[in-house]
Parts: sequence; structure tokens; C-alpha cells
Amino acid sequence: MTNKINVNEMKLTPKDFKSDQDVRWCPGCGDYSILAQVQRVFPTLGINKEDFVWVSGIGCSSRFPYYMDTYGFHSIHGRAPAIATGLKIAHPELSVWVATGDGDLMSIGGNHFIHACRKNIDIKMLLFNNEIYGLTKGQYSPTSEKGKITKSSPYGSIDYPFNPTSLALGSNATFVARAMDRDTKHLQKMIERAGKHKGLAFLEIYQNCVIFNDKAFEELSEKETKAETTIYLEHGKPMIFGKERDKGIILEGFEPKVVSLKDGKYTEDDIIKHNETDESPVRAFILSHMTDDPNLPTPFGVFRQVLKETYNEALENQITTVTEKLGKGDLESLLFSGNTWEVSG
Amino acid sequence: MENENAIPVQSLETVTVMFAGDSGDGMQLTGSQFSNTTASLGNDLNTLPDYPAEIRAPIGTIYGVSGFQLKFSSTDIHTPGDSPDVLVAMNPAALKKYLPSIKKNATIIANIDSFDAKNFKLAGLESNPLEDGSLNGYRVYEVPITSLTQEALKDCKLSAKEIVRSKNFFALGIMYWMFSRPMEPTLKWLEQKFKNKPEIIKANSIALKAGYYFGDTTEIFTARYEVLPARLPKGTYRSISGNEATAIGFVAASVQSGHQLYLGSYPITPASDILHYLTKYKNFGVKTFQAEDEIAGIASAIGAAFGGSLAITTTSGPGLALKTEAAGLAVMTELPIVIVNVQRGGPSTGLPTKTEQADLLQAMYGRNGESPVAVLAASTPSDCFYMALEASRIAMKFMMPVILLTDGYIANGTEPWRIPHESELPKFNHELETNPEGFQPYSRDENLSRPWAIPGTPGLEHRVGGLEKSNITGNVSYDPDNHDLMCKIRQDKINKIALDIPDVVIDGEDEGELLVVGWGGTSGTLTEAVARARRDGFKVSRIHLKYINPFPKNLGDVLSKFDKILVPEINLGQLSKILRSTYIVNTIQFNKMRGLPFKINDVKEKIEEILGGSNDK
Repeated sequence: MTNKINVNEMKLTPKDFKSDQDVRWCPGCGDYSILAQVQRVFPTLGINKEDFVWVSGIGCSSRFPYYMDTYGFHSIHGRAPAIATGLKIAHPELSVWVATGDGDLMSIGGNHFIHACRKNIDIKMLLFNNEIYGLTKGQYSPTSEKGKITKSSPYGSIDYPFNPTSLALGSNATFVARAMDRDTKHLQKMIERAGKHKGLAFLEIYQNCVIFNDKAFEELSEKETKAETTIYLEHGKPMIFGKERDKGIILEGFEPKVVSLKDGKYTEDDIIKHNETDESPVRAFILSHMTDDPNLPTPFGVFRQVLKETYNEALENQITTVTEKLGKGDLESLLFSGNTWEVSG
Repeated sequence: MENENAIPVQSLETVTVMFAGDSGDGMQLTGSQFSNTTASLGNDLNTLPDYPAEIRAPIGTIYGVSGFQLKFSSTDIHTPGDSPDVLVAMNPAALKKYLPSIKKNATIIANIDSFDAKNFKLAGLESNPLEDGSLNGYRVYEVPITSLTQEALKDCKLSAKEIVRSKNFFALGIMYWMFSRPMEPTLKWLEQKFKNKPEIIKANSIALKAGYYFGDTTEIFTARYEVLPARLPKGTYRSISGNEATAIGFVAASVQSGHQLYLGSYPITPASDILHYLTKYKNFGVKTFQAEDEIAGIASAIGAAFGGSLAITTTSGPGLALKTEAAGLAVMTELPIVIVNVQRGGPSTGLPTKTEQADLLQAMYGRNGESPVAVLAASTPSDCFYMALEASRIAMKFMMPVILLTDGYIANGTEPWRIPHESELPKFNHELETNPEGFQPYSRDENLSRPWAIPGTPGLEHRVGGLEKSNITGNVSYDPDNHDLMCKIRQDKINKIALDIPDVVIDGEDEGELLVVGWGGTSGTLTEAVARARRDGFKVSRIHLKYINPFPKNLGDVLSKFDKILVPEINLGQLSKILRSTYIVNTIQFNKMRGLPFKINDVKEKIEEILGGSNDK
């Protein structure tokens, strides 16, 4: 099943995707940027406007569908992936998107998330990760760091957090990427690639909550620090970073390690070349864990993109095959199937 | 069969047979083969499988006993019978478990090969019941079923274990002989079922025939019976279980409405068979999704309904509890889905393989907020077909979730069904909205239904969701008057359904001293109990409710014409509670929760107790 592509030139613009509803996120919220980038990218995807659907759960991020002039479904907490799954199965030509947050997807909706990944349902999931519960006013979330002091953890959270990209890779998602709300160009690129991926696409977006978790990602987004704390994954290119692009990542066994390219010990050839199309998710999984190591830069970009049959293709194929074999279903024959006998009255 | 011995054949009107053995003994299969053959002879019949929740409970124990009861008759019948006339007991545990429920002078066929010290111990028996006098008064036939099967199959190229496994066909053969049934249907079935395993076909066929000829040639059996065909209405019949009827009913609803059928479901006893059936019907375009949990089952159905499918989810009690929040979302978004709850014993995990009617209040009220849904209940195995169609029709016409209640008894029980032709079925369709001009997602038609506008339709882009919506525009609204209005509209939609469903029909006089009111799967028992009470001279009327929310519009009138209202239910009085609060009438409750259908005589005795023998007698 391919998404319905309009071969005629599309004349859609970002404005076509703005709904008539007032946007009600807090001033300065990272969600505004995500909304703007989605509205910029959507006209370029070659998909009819009426074929886009946004499904969301509960949380600040889940307001998203109201602000997009597409079909939308603001559902209940955690269930957006399941609702999107049913819609996509019923109507495979639609482009189905999920807007969700770290509480919605990583906590209450965790089960739906891993199974949608595992089954390679052809839906696109954007996780707005601000590492806090915003709508319920400031409790720690499943992605908050251990020790975090919040309303529900006054002495510091004792939970270990999830790393969403690791979880997605561990669940065999076929497209896993990360972006940052403030890095708009890169975010657009990632949304575009997620939108064009055939299969489940998972994009984690670090999103700043100005009210309850302000500056959570400051180190990763501010000019002064960002070059040293982040690394951008690019397919086929060596993993080099740093203000002077003088540092690289090597693998020692299964452990990624930062090395200097200045002291003559290592050259570019020693540095890992990122291969996002590796069939095995193992290397991508190792890279995703760099996020949790304070001595390593946090990766952004596409960790993994592989193509394999989607759930939706497999189902449609099965329907076609069975129908070819048995003929199109005939209700009269179904009713009269099995052992029947006549009663002459 | 030619060459039958001289034992005279007695004609009986009705017989109830119980096949019982270890859960590995193949009793369900034996029972269903006997049913199919019996049905094809034109008898009316009704079956009740009784199997353990454990997949393989310890061999030889009471927990491991699996039974299959069927009643067949030359007149029309409505239940699988209270007390079996014949018990086939493959081991001591089976005998011990069912002895209290069979008739006092019943026939017992015991597989004496398994009556040894080890099996007595496993069954918790202190002595051999065949010898200690506990079977006095019964007609007992001791047959070495296992060793006779081994002897008959000694030349088969099967393992010793596989040979022993064929003993249920030997037992079936004896029963075919005893009740003058032909072996051909089962022989034909074996050929089809095991077409790639010729050795198995051969072994089972030999065992079946050996059992039959054992009855024919030995002189241990002193009686043989026949049950003449029933006088059923003219037509083509098949034997059908409630779960299969439910599945076919939804396929029919899909064909008749022109909407693709979508099922989102998580396996749960005793509802899983509906998923098993529907997933086979891919050539009808049926899409089934085995979800990661109950919630995903219903949530995905809601997604599919948003996309224009006839969307359903199937479950049993605990699963319905999990689907609660999402059911409320379907109420709020006014999307058509059907939730099938095959009720089982509760609360919690309860009695997974046993029947109960205790989810009625959960279906009616088990959601947060004012969250009305339509509630329907099927009354017999074949009625599940018509109620599945009806639930689909109502869901689409009124754009709302419908809960269809069946139960473990009618879901797994079977009865002969006069098959309707496609042309006899109603056509119904809630047209999809396509016109963008003046489109409003929460505008209302004469039934207060909102338009069904699905993604992919140009110009109708809109948002739905769980937050309260403004009537007409569908925008999020916190306006107090709008919320009040919307709560009332959602209830008014239910009230409108009452004008669209049939009035309840009274069995008996339309006024009098006593009215028996039943609902759902107790229909067969109550029909027969009332009929028997009438035969004994009592004046009693009966109605059976298949629509519970809303009730048929004449129900209040009907109730008001009777002095006393008896409401037998397999729960603590749930319908009774609703009738009292809706119509301010008094009701007499009759409640038993044994995981089994009522016994006809229990209900009959209650009727007699109420009428006190004075009622025109």
C-alpha cells in the first residue's frame, strides 16, 4: 500500500494547514515551533490535504490536532497509537499521524507504542518530549531524570527514566529519529523524512516546557554549548562533532567513546560511519544510549531507517490472496455453509 | 445398518445425553459429532458444553473433567435439558462429577478400563462406585472401552498413545447404535478433517465402527432407542453456536450496509471464537486486528469507525471493564461501534468458562459521566445472528456505540437454525457525508444523528475528540448550557431508538396474575418452564427482552397489566432493578448464579410457589 500521491502539482501552502482555532499553548512553548514546522513540511509531501489525519491522546501536545486544518481526533490518554492503528488498517491510503507526549506515549500508552512499533503499522508518531507532566501541572514523567524535584517528587524522583529512542529501537521500529524544537531546519527535515517513510516512523522531539521544566534541553540547544554536547547523525558520514569538528566517536567493543582527531592517534577513517539502513538495530541501539552518558554527545538525526513489509501491506496482501483463492465472499453461500439439512415441513 | 440384533427399538420423544471424560478424552468432539448427526436426522436439539478453564488439568481429577450435554427431541425444545438420561463416563472422575445431576434411573456407560485404584484416588473416591452400591437404581453398562479400542486397532500403524486416543470414537459408536444414528456423517467428517492423515482417518473409523458393532452384536445392552424427527418449520437448517452466529451476523451486516467490517479484539474466553471465525472471512474484506490488549481492541475499532468501517470489538466481562473509558469516547464522538460482551461468571476473572448474566448493569452504566449506550441482548444461539445485525443497524443509524450482550451458554451452545436467505435480510446504510456545502460535524438529522464524514473526503476536514463539543459546529465547548444540551441529546438519541425497534410480544394472555420477564440467554429455560407450568394448569404469561436500552416502547403498558412480575436472572437482580426504577413496579426476583443455565423445574417451582396452587387450578 502506497500513500495516495497526487501527481498533479500540489498548490498547498502552510496556510492551508492552519485551522481557525486559537492556539492555546503557553507563550514560549516549544509546541509552537513543532506546529509551524509541520505546517511548513506538509504541503511538500505530495499528499492530498484530506488524506492527512492527526490523532492524539491527552496532554499539552495532544491539543495539536485542533490547530491543524486536517482531519483530527483528540482522543483519550495513551490510546492515540491504537486509534491511529485502527484507522490506518481500515483506510490504508490515509497518511495517519500521532501527536503525543512523554506521559501519553511512554507511560499510559507504553503498551500501544511498543506494539505499533513491533507490527510496523504505517503511522507516523511525533513524541513531544519535555520530560515533565505539563497539563497536570508539573509532576515528573517517565522521561524525567532520576532525582528530579517536582510536585510529586519533593525529595527527588527515584524513578529511572525511559530513553524513548532506545525503547523504539528495542521494539524494532523501522524509522527512529530525534530532533529539537529550536533547531527548526533540522526538525523540518526529520518531519519530512518521517512523513515519507513507509512503515512506522517514530520521531522524538525535545520540546521545552517554559512553565514546568524550562531549559531542560538548554545545553543541547544553545549556541555556546551545543557543538560540544550534540552530534548530528548523517547516513554514510563519520560521526564527528565539536566546534572545530575535531572529535569523533569510535566503538570499543560495544562501548562508544569520544576520541580527538587532533592528537594524531586517530584519523577520520577510525571514526564510525553512520549507517542508518543497517538491518540489525543493534548499532542504532548503542548510539541511542549515548544520550544517557554525560561524557558523550547526544545524537540527533535518523538512528535507523529500514524498509520491511508494513502491517497494512501484509493485511491487504492477505485479503487479496485469500480472495483470489476463495473468490469474493458471497453471503448466501456463507449462510448455507457447513452441514445443512432440509426439513420439508 | 443391516444385520442388527433383535433388541427392540423403543421410541422416545426426548433424550438428554451427557458425554463426560478427561479433558484430553475428546468429549467435546464426540458430543459435537453426535449433535451434528442428530441434527441432520431432523431432531430439534440444544447443547451445553461444560469444560474446565484449565487447558490440561491433572489427568483423572475432577478439575480435569470435560462434559458435553445435549438434548434432542422429536418436538421443539429450548434447552439442553436439566438431567441427563444417559451418561457416558470415560473415567471415575467423570462419573463422580455428573452422578448428582443425572436422572435417578439413568443409563450409565462406564469405561471400566479406567476404574482402578489410581483413578479412584485421583477422583477422590474411597471405593469403586461400580461395586459399592452407589449406583443402585441406575442402569449401568460396564464396557472396557480402552482395551476394546486397542484390540480393534492393533494392526494400525499408530503409536500406543494415539491408539488410546481413538477411544472416544468407540464410545461414539456405541451411542450411535444405542440411539439408532447413522455413522456416515462422522465417517465423512473424518475424511475431510484428517485428509492428510490417512492413518488417523482409518483408526478413528475402525474405532467408531467397532463401537457400533459392539452394541449390535454383544448382548449386554438391553435397550435401543429412536427419536423421530421433530416437526420443524420447512426450510434448510444448519446447526449453529451463538459465537458463530454472531460472527456471521456481522458479516451479513457488512454486506447489507455496504460498510467494510473491522474487528479489533483481544483473545478472551468465551468470546475468542468470534475472532477466530471472522479472521477467516478475508474474502468478504473483513479486517481483523488481534490487538495488544482490550483497550487497543476498542480504540482501534473507534479509529476504524472514524474511517467509515462497521467497527466492532468482542470481549467478555473483564474485557468490557477495560474498554470502559474508550466506550465513553465513542459516546462523546458519536461514532458507531458495536461492543460484544459474551458474559461469563464474575467478578474479576470469576468463572471464565461458565455462564452468567451479571454484566447488565456494567453495560448500562459502567462509564464515567452521563454516557448512555444502546444495550441489546441475544436470546438463543441463532438469535445472535439477528441481534448482531440489529446492533450494527442501530449503531450506524443513530451514530452511537451499541453493546450486544450474549453469554457463555448461548455462545458455545448450539441449536438447529433455519437459515434465512440473503434476500430476507434487511438492508441498512447510514450514508457517508460527502457534501462540503454547509457541512457541520455535529449537525443533526431527524434521529439526532450527526453526519458520518470520514477522512479522505475533500472539504470535510474536522476534528472530533473526548472533550465536550459544541452542538452543530463540533468545536470544543465549555459552555454550561451546551453541555446540558449535549448530555440530553445523547440520551434523546437512545429514546429515539425505542420508536425504531419492535414492541415486546407476550407469550400467553396479555393480562393476568403473573408475568415472567426474562432477558438474554435464559429464553429457552423460561419458555419451557412457563410451558410446563401451563400444562399443569397455571395461568402465566411471559415476555423476553432483547432490547434493554431503550426498552420496547410498550413495555410499561405490558407490565401494568399483571399483578405480579417474576424476573428470573442469573445475577442478583439487575434487570429487576432497572424495571423497578424505570416503571415504578414491584418485581419478584429469582436469582441463581451457579455458572449454569437455570434448571427448568426450579423456575417452574417458583412460578407455582407464587401462584400458590390457587390460580384457576
